[in-house]
Amino acid sequence: MTETTTPVTRFAVPGRIAVSGPAASRWQTATLTEIRRETPRASTFRLAVPAWAGHLPGQHLMLRLTAADGYAAQRHYSIASAPDASGHIELTLDRVPDGEVSGWFHTVARPGDTVEVRGPLSGFFAWPGDRPALLLGAGSGVVPLMSMVRHHRARGLTVPLRMLVSARGPEDLIYAPELGAETTPVFTRSAPPGVPVGRMTAAHVAPLLAEQPAGGWEAYVCGSNAFAEHVSRLLVAAGQPVDRIRIERFG
Amino acid sequence: MNVTRGFTGRPRVENPGLPPGQYDAREDWPVLSAEVTPDLSPADWSFRVDGLVERPHTWDWDAAHALPASAYEGDIHCVTGWSKFGVRFGGVSLDAFFGVVRPQGSATHALAYSHTGYTANLPLADLTGGRAWIVREYDGAPLPPEHGGPARLVVPHLYFWKSVKWIAGITLLDHDEPGFWERNGYHARGNPWEEQRYSGD
Ligand SMILES: Cc1cc2nc3c(=O)[nH]c(=O)nc-3n(C[C@H](O)[C@H](O)[C@H](O)COP(=O)(O)OP(=O)(O)OC[C@H]3O[C@@H](n4cnc5c(N)ncnc54)[C@H](O)[C@@H]3O)c2cc1C
Repeated sequence: MTETTTPVTRFAVPGRIAVSGPAASRWQTATLTEIRRETPRASTFRLAVPAWAGHLPGQHLMLRLTAADGYAAQRHYSIASAPDASGHIELTLDRVPDGEVSGWFHTVARPGDTVEVRGPLSGFFAWPGDRPALLLGAGSGVVPLMSMVRHHRARGLTVPLRMLVSARGPEDLIYAPELGAETTPVFTRSAPPGVPVGRMTAAHVAPLLAEQPAGGWEAYVCGSNAFAEHVSRLLVAAGQPVDRIRIERFG
Repeated sequence: MNVTRGFTGRPRVENPGLPPGQYDAREDWPVLSAEVTPDLSPADWSFRVDGLVERPHTWDWDAAHALPASAYEGDIHCVTGWSKFGVRFGGVSLDAFFGVVRPQGSATHALAYSHTGYTANLPLADLTGGRAWIVREYDGAPLPPEHGGPARLVVPHLYFWKSVKWIAGITLLDHDEPGFWERNGYHARGNPWEEQRYSGD
């Protein structure tokens, strides 16, 4: 035998949760049951998916819309709801200008409509609730993180959980009424009186990394690529090991 | 077919270059990577080919690019749904590297890995015959770090998660060994024209 260097995945603990092959490859019909406005630009869509295989907080799915002529558009969406036995899941969609799929959801969709989904997908960004979690999101990047927060609450977990979310202003902060003491919002354009305006900085991250829980934080970063690049650099600079940072980029 | 009430989709032109389920990202080049972008300079970069080869070899930046230059101009397809047309990459064909190490007859598969520890598996046949490159230029400029710079693998006829960013090496094997995403539910081969997205597709 020749000498080989066996690579190990060292940038992050490999996905400790396997994705179910059958669930990932089977399209299911989902029925829209409720639409809730979150912010002027984001709404939550509740879907009945009777044969949903269950998911872990942080996972996403693939969604497909089909036109009468057979044309289909598919996009990924994070699951906003915590795992539960309701037979329903929730997605929260930002309204993208001219967006083909988000545009349909925001202007046409009404309860009773059906779409297709498959998943859940990717065990890599999932958090089963077993380790202290530091969540950092921007815009709709808060969606998979909120599933984690909701899971933490629903199960009454005691493992430490903290969240930093960036929004343009208070009116753009998705899930604002639901956010609690675990969350620190960061406002980039407008803020309530007395609250500073600006991007997430080392000063936001440092206190959280200074109060390391036993075993250290597992960091989950979600948002646009620009946000993910910026925040993952802040984390590394503040001493968070690269192999304890998981990133979900929305594109 | 489950028709979605009121969904017509964007006006579209027939595009034979677009594999099923994909859309044209135009000038966008989305970044999809689950890890922190590494600070990897050309001086720190190296590329090794080993496993079932006659002569395992490691190239540093200058040695790798002393091999004959080779370019790819064409399309790329990401499993998340976007495709990008007329992309120009500059680098070195993998055939040039294989010409030095000489794969053994028993080699059937490859495991490509990055300087960060990311892995992806590929049939060896998908890497030979002028179908795969180690590239360091995009559109005539250095490849940006978040897109895998200083150098990445490019295997344009497969979904782009196979085109390992920050490429560090390729190990040739006589069997298939799943890489990072393949262990996380993705398809072993990833042919966009057959929509091989997830295992079971
Ligand atoms: C893992 C993952 C999870 C995600 N989770 C969420 C989530 O929880 N919530 C959420 O809101 N989003 C999420 N996204 C983003 C989501 O998948 C979509 O990208 C987003 O909803 C936009 O899709 P769209 O069809 O509305 O817009 P698109 O039609 O794809 O348009 C996006 C942009 O590209 C332009 N564009 C695209 N095609 C054309 C064209 N042919 N001609 C002209 N312009 C074009 C549009 O003008 C627009 O600016 C996630 C993405 C990923 C990868």
